[in-house]
Amino acid sequence: MNFTSLLQEKRLTILLSGEIDHHAAKEIMEAVSAKINVYLPQYCELDFGGVSFMDSSGIALVIHTLRAMNQLGGKLRLTNVPPQPRKVLLASGIQKLVAMSQERSPA
Amino acid sequence: MKHENEAVVRFPSLSCNEAFARSVTAAFAAQMDPTLDELGDVRTAVSEAVTNAIVHAYPDRIGTVLLRLRRLPGNVLEITVKDAGSGIADVAQARQPMFTTGGADRSGMGLTIMESFMNSLSLRSQPGRGTTVRMRKKLIGRGETACKP
Repeated sequence: MNFTSLLQEKRLTILLSGEIDHHAAKEIMEAVSAKINVYLPQYCELDFGGVSFMDSSGIALVIHTLRAMNQLGGKLRLTNVPPQPRKVLLASGIQKLVAMSQERSPA
Repeated sequence: MKHENEAVVRFPSLSCNEAFARSVTAAFAAQMDPTLDELGDVRTAVSEAVTNAIVHAYPDRIGTVLLRLRRLPGNVLEITVKDAGSGIADVAQARQPMFTTGGADRSGMGLTIMESFMNSLSLRSQPGRGTTVRMRKKLIGRGETACKP
């Protein structure tokens, strides 16, 4: 998976794309951790807009990222979450730990 | 229950086959005229089951994973994932949400998700012999006439 990240005044946005499964998750997790360790953001947004499939490996990714942000005393937010990844995230109860917003409606 | 259609696929426990298993399942389910949501549910469930076989059944070797798809009367999709790997010593513990032996990059939510996305799940395992997960889901579908068995 290749992804784009944007940094603006300690706000890091990471645009995830493709399929997040066990096969892909490790690489994504390492790449997200590397970005956080380099930029030390106060606010991190994982943008799921381009994610076409996600299983429980994505939950591990979110927990992993949440821990990294907690260590920095920062905040994490999940944005543009499409229906299928959203259902997986909701099944895990992760919305109690991290803010999540749904997919942007088409303009 | 007598099935109306069946497909069986065998593949080595390579993680790149997780996506393959999802695609095969989606292709088989297509004849049952599923909604997008239903397709998402069965792809997620099969992904979890096959990942478990790859991660837990064969932690340090490549073994064989068998995926069997069946169409049962009443538009019920049955997915069976079978391995001949290490097996589960304590099935009740494995079914607990957040329980994992897989380390920090696993969430321990796989079985919970399979149970909540499918209508039924049975898990049989023998340490040293392997594990079989069988899941069923009735597909309500889009109300169009799909492939008749």
